[in-house]
Order: sequence, then structure tokens, then C-alpha cells
Amino acid sequence: MLFRKSMLLSILLMVALLFVSSFSAMAQNGEVEIFSWWTGGGEEEGLNALIELFNENYPNVEVINATVAGGAGSNAKAVLKTRMVGGNPPDSFQVHGGAELVNTYVETGLMEPITGLLEEWGVKDKFNQQILEMSSYEGEYYSVPVNVHRSNIMFYNKAVLEENNVEPPTDLASFKEALAKLDEAGVVPLSLGDTNKWPATQIFESLLVSTLGPDGYNGLWNGNTAADDPAVREALVHFNDIMQYVNEDHSALTWQDATQIMHEGEAGFNIMGDWAEGYMKTLGWTPGEEFGWMPVPESEGTFIVITDTFGLPKGAPNPENAKKWLKTIASVEGQDTFNPIKGSIPARLDADKSKYDPYLTSAMEDFAEDTLSPSIAHGSAAPEGFITALNDTINEFITTGDVDEAFENFQKNHEEYVQ
Amino acid sequence: MKRKHKESLTSIAILSPSIITLAIFVYGFISRSVQISMLDWDTFANFMRKAKDYVGLENYISLFTESRFQTDLWNTLYFTLFFIIGCLAIGILLSLILNNKPRGGYFFQNLYLFPMAISFVVTGTVWRWIFAPGRLPNNPRGINLLFEQLGLQNLQWGWFTSTNSFLGFNVALIAVIIAAIWQYSGYTMAMWLAGLRGIDQQLIEAARIDGASKWQIFTKILFPIQKPITLSAIIVLAHVSLKAFALIYAMTGSGPNNVTDIPAVYMFEATFRSNRYSTGSAIAIVLLMMVGLLIIPYLVNSFKEE
Repeated sequence: MLFRKSMLLSILLMVALLFVSSFSAMAQNGEVEIFSWWTGGGEEEGLNALIELFNENYPNVEVINATVAGGAGSNAKAVLKTRMVGGNPPDSFQVHGGAELVNTYVETGLMEPITGLLEEWGVKDKFNQQILEMSSYEGEYYSVPVNVHRSNIMFYNKAVLEENNVEPPTDLASFKEALAKLDEAGVVPLSLGDTNKWPATQIFESLLVSTLGPDGYNGLWNGNTAADDPAVREALVHFNDIMQYVNEDHSALTWQDATQIMHEGEAGFNIMGDWAEGYMKTLGWTPGEEFGWMPVPESEGTFIVITDTFGLPKGAPNPENAKKWLKTIASVEGQDTFNPIKGSIPARLDADKSKYDPYLTSAMEDFAEDTLSPSIAHGSAAPEGFITALNDTINEFITTGDVDEAFENFQKNHEEYVQ
Repeated sequence: MKRKHKESLTSIAILSPSIITLAIFVYGFISRSVQISMLDWDTFANFMRKAKDYVGLENYISLFTESRFQTDLWNTLYFTLFFIIGCLAIGILLSLILNNKPRGGYFFQNLYLFPMAISFVVTGTVWRWIFAPGRLPNNPRGINLLFEQLGLQNLQWGWFTSTNSFLGFNVALIAVIIAAIWQYSGYTMAMWLAGLRGIDQQLIEAARIDGASKWQIFTKILFPIQKPITLSAIIVLAHVSLKAFALIYAMTGSGPNNVTDIPAVYMFEATFRSNRYSTGSAIAIVLLMMVGLLIIPYLVNSFKEE
């Protein structure tokens, strides 16, 4: 009996202590909770460097680093959604600019506009204006873009191409010829790892840009291009041709596996977003030495962009501190702290180029000059319903090779999910 | 009288938490899912507005016309069928062997039961490594590599990446079925073994004296006696197969052209990846009805017997 009483007492005491500690934390009010899925190699270090910079500027504010692990944020997004819907938002959160932010959180009235803040800090015209536009809704901006990745990029193993007398292609026709030549030589022409489906969709979106051009592609999302445009069908035909040259076990592999196949000299080409460049560096390659890069053929002049941004949710517990966080990541110092470590390029155009490697410098030049297009596979172009529907369409299409059926599904999904 | 009153009060007090939580978290949520499956909550905006626009059975109709869901149903049918047959055949065989009390029988009994203690996520990850085909013929991996070293190149194939199908059966499922049988045949073995140990040995002795063969003893005596046990094993295995989400998700995902997809995986992706809450709820309800089809006759049967 005595034992039970003492146990009850200790439990009560513990509960009381928990309450006290949480109240005291609230009283201090010196916190900011930052929600992200940056837990992998490079990105975690980049985030920590950003937090360090934030602490230097605001030593009184404690950063609560709330991360949820899981490939490309798939788990984090579900957690975030639950928190936002349940009225328990973090102070600021990572979200891909474009539809993922606007369609999900802005149109539903869960975000605060930050146009005034960007003007007050004098940074609005320092960003690439096209990328700010992606996260705008009815004339207001809703998030600060931190970094930029490119999805319509193709890497190649220089040694494998040289051994087989293959030149880097200049258009889709010469690309297919190069693939056929590698195939005959018995190497994997194009390495692919689409067990998570989106890597294949990402190749398709690059080909859509190749056949539609940047304006036609962007028109798909604002209503200027019809979904039954013959160029969409053409992209499907090219996609089908190219899929004849991928490794047979593609559906058992991840994108990292596919990059490794090329790294090991087993494959000639690899189409993947430029985060693969950072991965190849960790595998010990130097950009420009062992591997080369080029935009996916015939998509030159277009930069399919994936951008991580941070916004200000309505009902954030510490909005003032969240604004301090946004100011830090919007600064040129913040962008140059994070991006070289993460292996991406800054969304601002006035960053210090000397801090970036040869690939990233060339990407920065393209980013300043090219037309920007939003990525479908990474949530910027269309609502999430369309993305998974397209993933399914492409996944079935790779096996069936039925162009007309895929074309029909594309139109059906477009009608259902894209206004 | 007073005492009886007090007793019934106590029993109500003890039962009420579980009754209340059951009512809310099982039956309340099921009816909520039914409701959502008949709404138009297939975009995040509609979900946030909590719009009550009923569309009737439209979500179900579009679901059953989708090629992905049709493939899912075929996959479930074949997976359940082969999984149950495999688990029963191997489990019964093992229990018959172990019932003869061979040397080290106790050790093997535990060994075969062990896989059940591991979660599907862990075994799924390991079986994924085993069955990852690699790039044939130059660079095989996993079991294909083993075949090559044994000189059995003829047996190499794409395993769960294969997109061939036969009468609606996607052969890629074979890899998943092997993994599932490996994990659950120990369960049938344990149930059968417990039953076998309870059978009166005189019965079998008598049959032997009458000149019955081993096969006759099995089909005419053991199997009929063990019928209730076999039936419960089938029920449990069938509902495990409908809930094999973790195994498939960790091992193969939905696969090329959905060759290894099951409704549970589609439900997860529809709800939590693409914000199609109504479609997800509709799949959940279809799954629930499939489990109900299996379990309700069983429950009715056992009530009758009581």
C-alpha cells in the first residue's frame, strides 16, 4: 500500500513538473519552431549552419529544430498537414514553392502574406522575380525561397562515353542514337531507379518542356495550353522510346542506386535533379572531371525549378521570431551559408559565386537567364492529386507502352485536378 | 440483493471504458469513413471547407473502373489464395514431422515460429535485398547471384520487377508470397502441433492395426479432427493477407504497372500522398467489407456451435 502511494505521488509530481516546465517555456517566449525534412547528408549540415547564423544574430531566441525524416519529405508533409489542420502550426515550415504551398495552404487561408516584409527588408527585387511569382497568390507573396534545384538536367559518365565513341547529344534524335550505341556496346544506356515512381515522372516532365517549350509547358498550369495539345502526345512517344534503354531492374532501385550505377561505370547517362550532383561528389567525383552535365536534350533555355521555401502560417505561436527566421534566410548571408553545403543554388541573384563549385556556378548562370518552369514531380506545378495520378499513369505506361491510353489518362487527370 | 447490485455496478464500471472507446474509435470512425467515402473530399480545399456535398456511390464507381484498383483486387485474390495454401501446406507438413518428436524437435519448433515475432517491415526490407534482381546477365544481385554461383543461371529472373502476368496473376507476386509464407507458416505449424498433441494416440494405433497407411491416417483421421483448427488458421491468415500493407510497402511498393500493389497501399497513397480523402475512405470501406465477408460467416458458425 505504502509503495503504491509513493508511486502515485511520484507520478503526480512528474505531471506537475511537466506543466511547470511547459509554462515557464511559454513565459520566456524566446523560441521559434522550424519544421523541415532536412535530415539527409548535406541538407542537415546546411540547416545547422543556418541555425548557427540565426543564433549569432538573435542570441536570445532558441531554435526548436523540428524535423521529420523520410524521402523527399513524404512523411513530413503528412505530419505538417495534420498540424496545420489541427490548428497547431509550427512558426515556419519548409514547403516547395508553387502549388504545394499555394494550392494546399494559401488558397485555404492558412498563411499570412509576407509581401510587406520583403519590401521592408529591401530584398524583394534581389530574388529572381519568376521564383517569387511561383509562391504568389492574388498579388501577394507567401514565402521566402531559400534554395533552388534543377530537375531537367542530365549527367553522363565521361569515361563510358569516350570508350564507346559517343558524343554528348545535341537534340533528342542524337540522344536516342547515343543510347542505341551504348546499348549495342552492352552498357546500360540510361540508368533509372523509379521504385518511388517520381524519378520516371521527372524524366517525362523534362520531355514535356522539350516538346512544348517553356511557355507551352507553363501554359498547362494556367490554362493557356490545352491538355490535348499534340506536343503532349509527342512527349509520351519520346518517353516511350527512351524507356527502351533503361536498366531492367529500374523498379527495384532508388535514384541513389541509379546514380551509383553510372558512378560504377555501368551506365552512360542518368537523368536526375541536380541533387544527384551533390551525391556524386560524396561518392568521390569532381564535377567536370569524371562526369559532365547538360540540360535534357531540347529543353535548353528552360530551368525546371524545385525550390524550398519558408512561409508564415496563421496562428504561429511566435510570429515575431518567425519573421526573424525569414529575414535570416532571405539575407544573402543566409543563402550563401546554406546553399554551398546543401549543394543547391541560391534563389537570390546577388550571391557570391566564388563559394560554389563549377556545376553550381553554371547552374547559377542558367538560373539568371533561363525561363523558369515549375516541376510537376516535386509539387510546384499542380495539386498533389494530379502528381500521384500522373505518377500512376507514367508507371503503367512504362510497362504497357500504350501511348494513346497514357495520353487519354493525362487529359482526364488534368481535367479533374488542374483548374 | 445489495451485494448483487454492487457487483453489477462494478462490472459496468470496469467494462465501460472499453465499451466507450470501442464505440468511438472503432464504430464511430468506421461510420465517419463511410460518410467521407460518399462526399467529394478529393482535394485539400474541399477537405478544409468540410463541404457536405454528397456524391453517393460515385467514388466507389470510379474506383472500380480504375485499372490500378482492378489490378489490386486481382493481386489480393491471388496473394490470399497462394499465401493460405502455402502456409497450410508447409505448416501442416512441419507439424507432422515435429509431432514424431525427432531429435532437436524443440529447437526447430521455435526456429520455425521465430519469423512471426519479427515485424513485416523488417522482413520486407531483408526480402527486398534477397529478391532484388540486379542487372542480368552481367551484374546479378541477391538470390540471382546465388543462382549464378551455383551454376543455375536458368533460374534467374526479374522477381518482383517482372511485369509478366498469367490469367490475371502477376508473377512478380511470387517473391512477396514466398516472403509472407516464410513468415506465417510457423503459425499454422504451431496451431496444428497443439491440436495433434491433443489427439488420443490409441485412435491412431487402432487405425494402424487395421492396416491404414500414413496417408489414410492423415486424410481420414487427422485432417477431419483438425478441421476447426485449420478453419481458424485460414481466417487469421486471410485477414493477415488483406493487411499485408507493411510487407508490400517495405519490400516492393506498388511495383511497375502495379504488379505488387494491394488496396491497402493504394488507400495509403490516395489519402496521405494525394489528398484524395474520399477515395481513400472508399478503399478502406471496400477492404473492411472484404474482411467482413471472411469473418462474419466464421463468427456466425462459432455462435451456433456454442
